[in-house]
Amino acid sequence: MDKRMVAAVLAFTIVTVFFFFSIFLIHPFGEPGQVRMDDRIIENTQNESASNNGVTSVVFDYRGFDTLGEATILFSAVAGVIMIFRRVKE
Amino acid sequence: MIQYIPFIAVVCMIFIGLYAAMFRRNLIKIVIGITIIESGVNLFLITLGYREGGVAPIYTSLPSGTVYPEQMVLPVPQALTLTSIVIGVAVLALMLSLVMHIYKKYETLDVQEMRRLKE
Amino acid sequence: MTEMTRIVKTIANILFPFTMIFGLYIITHGHLTPGGGFQGGAVIASGCALLLVTYGSRWVLTRIKEKRLAAFESMGAIGFITIALLGIVFSMVFFGNFLAGSNLLFGNVPATGSTLADLNTGGVLPLMNFAVGVKVIAGLFVIILIMSYASSIKEWGQ
Repeated sequence: MDKRMVAAVLAFTIVTVFFFFSIFLIHPFGEPGQVRMDDRIIENTQNESASNNGVTSVVFDYRGFDTLGEATILFSAVAGVIMIFRRVKE
Repeated sequence: MIQYIPFIAVVCMIFIGLYAAMFRRNLIKIVIGITIIESGVNLFLITLGYREGGVAPIYTSLPSGTVYPEQMVLPVPQALTLTSIVIGVAVLALMLSLVMHIYKKYETLDVQEMRRLKE
Repeated sequence: MTEMTRIVKTIANILFPFTMIFGLYIITHGHLTPGGGFQGGAVIASGCALLLVTYGSRWVLTRIKEKRLAAFESMGAIGFITIALLGIVFSMVFFGNFLAGSNLLFGNVPATGSTLADLNTGGVLPLMNFAVGVKVIAGLFVIILIMSYASSIKEWGQ
């Protein structure tokens, strides 16, 4: 067992213990803590964005910048795959 | 204790993925481990936004007697999970392309073997 | 990837149109029922992956070029950003929902509470669903197509 393996096992154990004890500090399942923003979105999604689906109105209307960044990531992934395999073409 | 079981499941998924990504030597298994970590993160986001006895935040033919917004789950974590899933697919495609390229170059998938071949 | 047997081809020929229709339904009803551009695009791209597994990547590449698919993906992205920029012109906000409340296309506002599905609501959300759907279909299909073609040929030419 060399030095790198010992370091890896130590890091894995520390992360494990940290995660396992930190889950008891979160709110219990089914009772979210801060809900003011989500309640406002649920109440106003039919008036403001004229859509019945709350999730779609969040994705494209309230949080459109997230979707813009996500579209950028998809575009760059496609560009990366095409660039990796560009010499494969016969 | 019983109300923390979904979070324990999240932590177990992240452990399994982290173990596979750290202690396996096959590149395909490392990629699978990273994907399992990502599934754990998605499950964590969904779990944070759940409300007791809630329905999806969609008004089309809502079940009668539903009180909103008290009986609807939170929409923002679901939207972020949707973003995260598509990003995961893109990153998975990019990782598998790199693994294919590495296999063509070194003709092995073992990372230790690959380090020896490089020197 | 080579061709598969006649049984697989027959089943794929039967199932392919239903997959397309289901994915288009999910994209079109994205503002009314669970679903949207991403999910419907993923459904249609998996239908195209069925075609790819059945007939092989060379057969698919004689039908459609990957340059054309990349152009489709760019068209989806340009449409998405164009609709977002039109929000600045008409409602002063980037990603503003300028069609909601007007009496134009998709301009109705649904009544509050549980309603029936009205396809003519949503403002710019159905248009954005279409743009993102085209983008996701083309993006995922070109990724699968190029990876399948690259794994099928022997020599890569380093």
